[in-house]
Amino acid sequence: MLEKALTGSKRYYGWMAALLAVISVGFVCYLWQFRFGLGITGMSRDVSWGFYIAQFTFLVGVAASAVMVVLPYYLHDYKAFGRITILGEFLAVASVTMCILFIFVDLGQPIRVMNVLLHPTPNSILFWDMIVLNGYLLLNIVISWKVLEAERNNVAPPKWLKPFIYISIPWAVSIHTVTAYLYCGLPGRGFWLTAILAPRFLSSAFAAGPALLILLCMIVRKFTKFDPGKEQIQSLAKVVAYAITVNVFFFLCEVFVVFYSKIPDHMDHLIYLFVGLHGHGVLVPWMWASMILMVVSIILLVNPVTRKNETVLVAACITVFVSTWIDKGLGMISGGFVPNPLHHVNEYVPTVPEILISIAVWAIGFLVLTVLYKIGVTVKEEIAGLA
Amino acid sequence: MKSSRRKFLKIAGVSALGLGAKPVLDVLAASGEHEETSKPEIMKGKDALIAKRWAMVVDTRKIESEEDLKPMIEACHKIHNVPEFENKNHEIKWIWLEEFKHEFPTQEHEFVDERVKHLPFLTLCNHCQNPACVRVCPTKATFKREDGIVLMDFHRCIGCRFCMAACPYGSRSFNFRDPRPFIKETNPEFPTRTKGVVEKCNFCAERLAVGRMPACVEASNGVLTFGDLDDPESEVRKLLKANYAIRRKPALGAGPSVFYII
Ligand code: SF4
Repeated sequence: MLEKALTGSKRYYGWMAALLAVISVGFVCYLWQFRFGLGITGMSRDVSWGFYIAQFTFLVGVAASAVMVVLPYYLHDYKAFGRITILGEFLAVASVTMCILFIFVDLGQPIRVMNVLLHPTPNSILFWDMIVLNGYLLLNIVISWKVLEAERNNVAPPKWLKPFIYISIPWAVSIHTVTAYLYCGLPGRGFWLTAILAPRFLSSAFAAGPALLILLCMIVRKFTKFDPGKEQIQSLAKVVAYAITVNVFFFLCEVFVVFYSKIPDHMDHLIYLFVGLHGHGVLVPWMWASMILMVVSIILLVNPVTRKNETVLVAACITVFVSTWIDKGLGMISGGFVPNPLHHVNEYVPTVPEILISIAVWAIGFLVLTVLYKIGVTVKEEIAGLA
Repeated sequence: MKSSRRKFLKIAGVSALGLGAKPVLDVLAASGEHEETSKPEIMKGKDALIAKRWAMVVDTRKIESEEDLKPMIEACHKIHNVPEFENKNHEIKWIWLEEFKHEFPTQEHEFVDERVKHLPFLTLCNHCQNPACVRVCPTKATFKREDGIVLMDFHRCIGCRFCMAACPYGSRSFNFRDPRPFIKETNPEFPTRTKGVVEKCNFCAERLAVGRMPACVEASNGVLTFGDLDDPESEVRKLLKANYAIRRKPALGAGPSVFYII
């Protein structure tokens, strides 16, 4: 089926060329980083993880959210989602690819990455993260490919695939749980030291991922002859509505515990993010924007009148995506490092090359996604006799 | 070879490269008469200082000003090839000074007496009993030796910086760029580092291995005392018995091996 990615319209080639251009700019920046070291980024002794790890964290969530289409279809036999499981799984494949790349570009000694396998260390959560992420990637590649192939040949998917599909459901939850454990088990970081971190990660993931999927469905409908379906989009919208609501609720739980207990180590980070600390607060407007957008999106999505209006729905999905991205892709990681364990406030701002490298990784993700969607949609068009 | 080098690191205490390895390394080759010991055995150097759990006591009563502490910092950074950067983001430090409110943020209050409030505190790796950095490292590049010293294998570190996020004392630095051009005077007895790896204080493991006290202790004029926490007769134990001493962030349970007599 791969050959279907090789032929396409002018627009398809143009889009791919644009992505490749963005990727090559980032690649040059990466070569510079490779030679000079991570000193070309805005990271420091105090904020030792920055934009890369934040993107990684956000994207693990997007990857995990494929379970929101897989679970209703395979466990509850919700037939409508059968049409779009493939889109969810392909999105997961592209997202995990980006996750792995973001970890890679963040390493100080990338050529030694195999040391993680040569000296396996089960007490390190990073070791487990490597296992669950690669496992999830493999599961989704195999499942999506086999299901699509069966669909094309008009036969049922092979029986041996079923157990893998069932495993992929808890596995999706595991990737974001383990990713949260990277942070929430660290003794000196009050911002992350909370049992609700993994649930918070999951709730924001199940909002951001399906919101993106809705937008992708709309794009597919606009530019191809395959229609993912109105019902499917509306069902996804309900998932987004309640996930984003739960996400805000979890956040408020966190706020209550932190500010009612008044433990400074836990308060300082939230104060830094939302009002600024000792005159430092680059993220303050961003964090408030994120909160306001989340509330707006809840209003738009829970209310059936606005949710059912597809123009409003698009706006709401963009709102959800942007607000959860700010929350995780900007605030979550550097917020945990400011103030530092000695209560010094040293802020972090990404540099231009750092941002270009990040954009390039996103572009690689979209390249993978475009190729996979192209294949998937062409097959679907053929089945429907549209192509 | 690789594993024997590692074992050597652990036991003899030269933290990298095995510089000066030969005098303290006595490998019983697995040949002929030593058939039952197929693995090479490593003996400690004959002058090596050994302990069950190394610890340091800082007697802050003997400190008047920063000037009393600077020689210790200089001695350490000089022999360990610690570079000096102008860009604060790239900063590397093994041992440095902090005010009370930063050194002991959970013990700080507005009525701390004037002396303590303005006293510079020596800050370094605590060589914890339960080191979070060791727990999180995905490659065992940072590890705890039998004598309690937490060490780094600069050749194994992949630079993921998980250990920096895990350390509750901010003791670790990362080589954001090649440090070599920024070392004032390279000490050939100790390895320089490459870009992309983490480093920190090593309790002068390489000096203990040849019978010498840590450089900062030697330069401290009696402010610092170094010894075996497991030995009731050691100098550190005597000091701790006679004086009330505190540790940083005790509530975290990391079990620091650096004590401060206030
Ligand atoms: S930066 Fe190096 S020492 Fe630290 S956790 Fe990663 S591999 Fe281990």
